[in-house]
Amino acid sequence: MRNWFWAIVIGFAAAAAMAGAQAETAPEYHLVLQNHKFEPATLKVPANTKLKVLVTNRNATPSEFESADFNREKIVLPNSTITVFIGPLAKGSYKFFDDFHQATTGVLIVE
Amino acid sequence: MLGIALLVFREVLEAALIVTVVAAATRGVPRRSVFVGGGIALGIIGAVVVAACMGLIEGSLGGVGQEVFEAAVLLTAVVMIGWHVTWMSSHGKEMVQQMQRVTDSVKSGSSSIAILLAVVALAVLREGSEIVLFLFGMAAGGAGKLGFLGGVPLGLAGGVAVGFALYFGLLRIPLRYFFSATNWMLVVLAAGLASSAAGFLIQANLLPAWGNQLWDTSWLLTNGSLVGQAVHVLTGYEARPAGMQGVFWIATFAALVAGMRVMAWRMAAQRRQVRVVQQRGVDAGAASAATRGA
Repeated sequence: MRNWFWAIVIGFAAAAAMAGAQAETAPEYHLVLQNHKFEPATLKVPANTKLKVLVTNRNATPSEFESADFNREKIVLPNSTITVFIGPLAKGSYKFFDDFHQATTGVLIVE
Repeated sequence: MLGIALLVFREVLEAALIVTVVAAATRGVPRRSVFVGGGIALGIIGAVVVAACMGLIEGSLGGVGQEVFEAAVLLTAVVMIGWHVTWMSSHGKEMVQQMQRVTDSVKSGSSSIAILLAVVALAVLREGSEIVLFLFGMAAGGAGKLGFLGGVPLGLAGGVAVGFALYFGLLRIPLRYFFSATNWMLVVLAAGLASSAAGFLIQANLLPAWGNQLWDTSWLLTNGSLVGQAVHVLTGYEARPAGMQGVFWIATFAALVAGMRVMAWRMAAQRRQVRVVQQRGVDAGAASAATRGA
């Protein structure tokens, strides 16, 4: 029983290390939330590549960066920046939004 | 006001569905309402604390604190549900028998129920902390009194109403099948929570995705829709799941089913043994009576 436990732990650690190694090569993109708008509202990124997206909130209130299309959600506190890893995604357009301000939307164009 | 109502509704709905399944699974247990109510109260306190510490949580662990925290909460709930369903598979039959005899008193069950209290608390904590941060933002952003006094109760009432509707729907299941039905719901719920946890760890880049889209059923049911969201909470449904999420779902499901089977098998073996011993006692008694008679 205990051996199984350690096998699983080591498995996850190895997987995490692999994922971490991948991260080194993930290209970075920046999104800024200001006056409840995404800047840029349209972000062009390469297909089949893992992306590191930094979202900065310059509003005075918390936001939640969310996308049902590429399955991500993360709270962004005022005057702070979060990191989200996205993809690799197939070609297409993927909507994202601020869950706390539904009118604030943007599109990820994967090409 | 509607914006506030809608967000509160969505978050309350998610927690309410989990609370409902737990409440149904503990039907007939004495002091259940105290446990469920206590879990909700603890969850609300936890939600405020988590919301207040969100900056701290996020800042720790090199910017992936939020994901690790969410995944830890989800996996804790998975382990607790796993404990409960394996325990139930050894005691479930007794619970049904006792309920059929005296509908409102079941002696056993409290230890496992205390664990489900934690599941309720964790569900409320997760969704509640989002509500707190959202409302804090709305207040700071200058949303009017009307928005709060109208939106918050409206959203809360809506979410709770859906929970109650599901509960009374579940009560229609015949008692004979009731606990196996709620147990299976808990197993599927736990598998879904594990899959969500995997999603957060992928987002933090702590786990590889193993294929970013196992399938795409967004044409059928998106996670953004209310139905999609409800199905997501109850089963872990994703319109575009990552491969690793599928692995977590299946592994959790398989582990819990195996646990249930093993426990049920053990209990059956124990009962057989007890019966044999009792039978021997009866035989011995009959034999001695026969000698006395002769």
